[in-house]
Amino acid sequence: MQVKLLAFTIWAITTVTVVLFAGKYWWFPESASSHGESVDRQFMYTLWVTGVVFIIAQVALGYLLIRYRERPGRKAIYNHGNNKMELTWTLATTVLFYVMVIAGQGIWYSLYIEAAPQNALQIEITGQQFAWNIRYAGPDGEFGPISPELINDSAGNPLGLDLQNSAAQDDLVVPTMAIPINRPIELLLRSKDVTHAFSVRELRIKQDTVPGLVIPIQFTATRTGRFEISCAELCGLGHHRMRSFIEVLSEEDYSNWLVEQSEY
Amino acid sequence: MAEVEATTHTVHEAPTGFWRKYIFSLDHKVIGIQYWLLALFSVTVGMVLSIFIRINLVWPGTEIPILGQLFPVGAPDGVMTPEFYLSFLTMHGTIMVFFVLTTAPQGGFGNYILPIQIGADDMAFPVLNMLSFWVTFLALVVLMAAFFVTGGPPISGWTGYPPLSALGEIAGPGLGIGQDLWIISIAIFCIAALLGALNFITTTLDLRAKGMTLMKMPLTVWSWFVTAILGLLAFGVLLAAGALLLLDRNAGTSFFIPGGLVVSDQIIDHKGGSPLLWQHLFWFFGHPEVYIAILPGMGVTSHILSTFARKPVFGYRAMVYAMFAIGILGFMVWGHHMFASGMSPYTAIFFSLMTTAIAVPSAIKTFNWLGTLWGGNIRFTSAMLFSIGFVSLFVTGGVSGIFLNQPATDIALHDTYFVVAHFHIIMGVASIFGMFAGTYFWFPKMFGRYMSESLGKAHFWTTFVGVYAVFTPMHFLGLAGNPRRYAELTAFDFLKPLEPVHLFISIAAFLTISSQFLFFGNLIWGFLKGKKAGENPWEATTLEWEIPSPPPHDNFAGKLPVIHRGPYEFSVPGEDKDYTMQTEPEVSQDKS
Repeated sequence: MQVKLLAFTIWAITTVTVVLFAGKYWWFPESASSHGESVDRQFMYTLWVTGVVFIIAQVALGYLLIRYRERPGRKAIYNHGNNKMELTWTLATTVLFYVMVIAGQGIWYSLYIEAAPQNALQIEITGQQFAWNIRYAGPDGEFGPISPELINDSAGNPLGLDLQNSAAQDDLVVPTMAIPINRPIELLLRSKDVTHAFSVRELRIKQDTVPGLVIPIQFTATRTGRFEISCAELCGLGHHRMRSFIEVLSEEDYSNWLVEQSEY
Repeated sequence: MAEVEATTHTVHEAPTGFWRKYIFSLDHKVIGIQYWLLALFSVTVGMVLSIFIRINLVWPGTEIPILGQLFPVGAPDGVMTPEFYLSFLTMHGTIMVFFVLTTAPQGGFGNYILPIQIGADDMAFPVLNMLSFWVTFLALVVLMAAFFVTGGPPISGWTGYPPLSALGEIAGPGLGIGQDLWIISIAIFCIAALLGALNFITTTLDLRAKGMTLMKMPLTVWSWFVTAILGLLAFGVLLAAGALLLLDRNAGTSFFIPGGLVVSDQIIDHKGGSPLLWQHLFWFFGHPEVYIAILPGMGVTSHILSTFARKPVFGYRAMVYAMFAIGILGFMVWGHHMFASGMSPYTAIFFSLMTTAIAVPSAIKTFNWLGTLWGGNIRFTSAMLFSIGFVSLFVTGGVSGIFLNQPATDIALHDTYFVVAHFHIIMGVASIFGMFAGTYFWFPKMFGRYMSESLGKAHFWTTFVGVYAVFTPMHFLGLAGNPRRYAELTAFDFLKPLEPVHLFISIAAFLTISSQFLFFGNLIWGFLKGKKAGENPWEATTLEWEIPSPPPHDNFAGKLPVIHRGPYEFSVPGEDKDYTMQTEPEVSQDKS
């Protein structure tokens, strides 16, 4: 009685888990970047492979409990194992998992290792407790020099732009960002104080911003919309409210946005 | 010379005074129980902290008068501030990982059971053993002190990433003296863990009774042995990292702090350090630490499954090799915690492939547990139920790891509740199931009385269903992008639809935690009123079941056993009972 209940409980937990994953009641937001679709596909492959392993193991566990529960007059078989089975099992898992994992490395390669295309739009993002500073290079296409000594948050110079320098004068520093759709973007991620992480769910992007480093990542947005930027690395007491927005706009809207921001 | 003599036939005099007997005891059994009690205290504190964490997440702004009285700064009028939430989160993680998951399975059960299972009358270095416990105790006291200093406990999480943890109060509350105490506590803990590891390794290698060859050792002994090796190699690195962090904070060095930092418009006077260095050192310890927590649970599970299935362990040798494989690979995978950290993206691929390799010995273990049940004659005791629960949880927590070991899918899931679900199930809950199983199993040996089986089963049912109810939904929070370590879920639009899920988790957590009173009650009941247990209440085969319950001071009363059999000789054909003790000579024994 108790044994059957245990087996059914294990199966019920398995079923509920499978239903929740299959029904996608709580799920990733729809992808808004070109690599996002490959990430989602790799996630689904992994879900299938691990799902099958999960179901087989849990179902087998429940089955063995019922099948081999203690019954009077029975004796367990005397068996120390089976090397052939061990070998089969080892090889099977090795092949299964490695094929899947190796197949997925290409996505990572294109996101982090491949150089960004020549025409990529560079945007610098600097985290600080507890805000994001977004910098565009301006019409000259060049980021002006910055220096920690010049940082003055209250005077509106959170990055320490050297305003004597002509390359810096046309730099645009804003608290929320916009990007054009279908154009390669290269982000240069920095931090002023502690480690933060730049995270946008829809773009399937998450990257720590580490003080002392400039970390480049590249992507192309494929869907217009306004998405929340959150911080994904514990950065202090305001971590949970370190929020900004990224708007993915058409080329035209993006140009207008840039003009508006510069006038502002 | 004298050493060699001592290991073979010393008759330990049992101490008579209260202090030598119960407090500064040299007896591994007393020290084991001390460790176990320390973990029980710690797990209670950790659990209470998690109640406040869950309350704050679903009902932010709740007034909890007692909190206000205890911590007028962190919780003015009983309302937790976000920073106090982070303090609790940090302490919850630190207490659970170090003082529960690292102490009870190894220092507790290992200390008590290992010497007996190999036929020794004590650990190799009893004084060192006593010291390692009391040093651990000191570490706990130092950590607890952080609750009561200005600024409270640190808010930098159990991983204590610099620069946040390195800059002092300017970076946030709790990052002053609280953070210093945290580092000192961890450093002290490392010293204790190193002492313990040395002792376990030496004991296992040197004090085995005649005939106890390595391949006749119970899998529990193997698991404690491998865990000790991991501890010896891992804790030294964390100790060094802690020392460097302390120097950065107090001596003006810059190991982890780069130049040009500006915090709250103030330039920080450090340069040349690397925040990533800490992450490498921390996770070089941190990943083996996961196996330090769970390997003993694997050993206990193998041991108990075999005992109650009345069947030899399926693939004993494969189990031993798998443990070593997990241990060795465990040192080559730390970078999978750092895919999003900014380290070279090439190394991510290396760490991903190495981590995948761990899936193989893990699968071997699971397969062999199922193989052990197959063809058995299974008795469902409380200990067995928790071991079966361990297998189920190990599978569940294991497969979710495969999503995280691929950098591409990890990008979406890193630092979300998916990770929280993964490591709680595999490192937290599965390990604790191993401890529960061990407690129900060895309690009769330790105290000469059974715990209540009915209470034990009630405890199992509520806990098993409860932990799945708590942690399964967290996977979906992670898919929806819910970041971990958020004090409140109100600042982001995308978190709003997830509130019902959080509410469900909180309620499930409160129920699961309440049901732990069944365990506490059972301990007290068992200790005072439990049915008397004989030498071998479970009809098991290993050495601890050949001596009285509780065992005498020197375990074997001066007569060390001689071992003839493997550890899991159940249901041997031709024998009238279905268990054969390790000391029973083979029937057709010619001198071999």
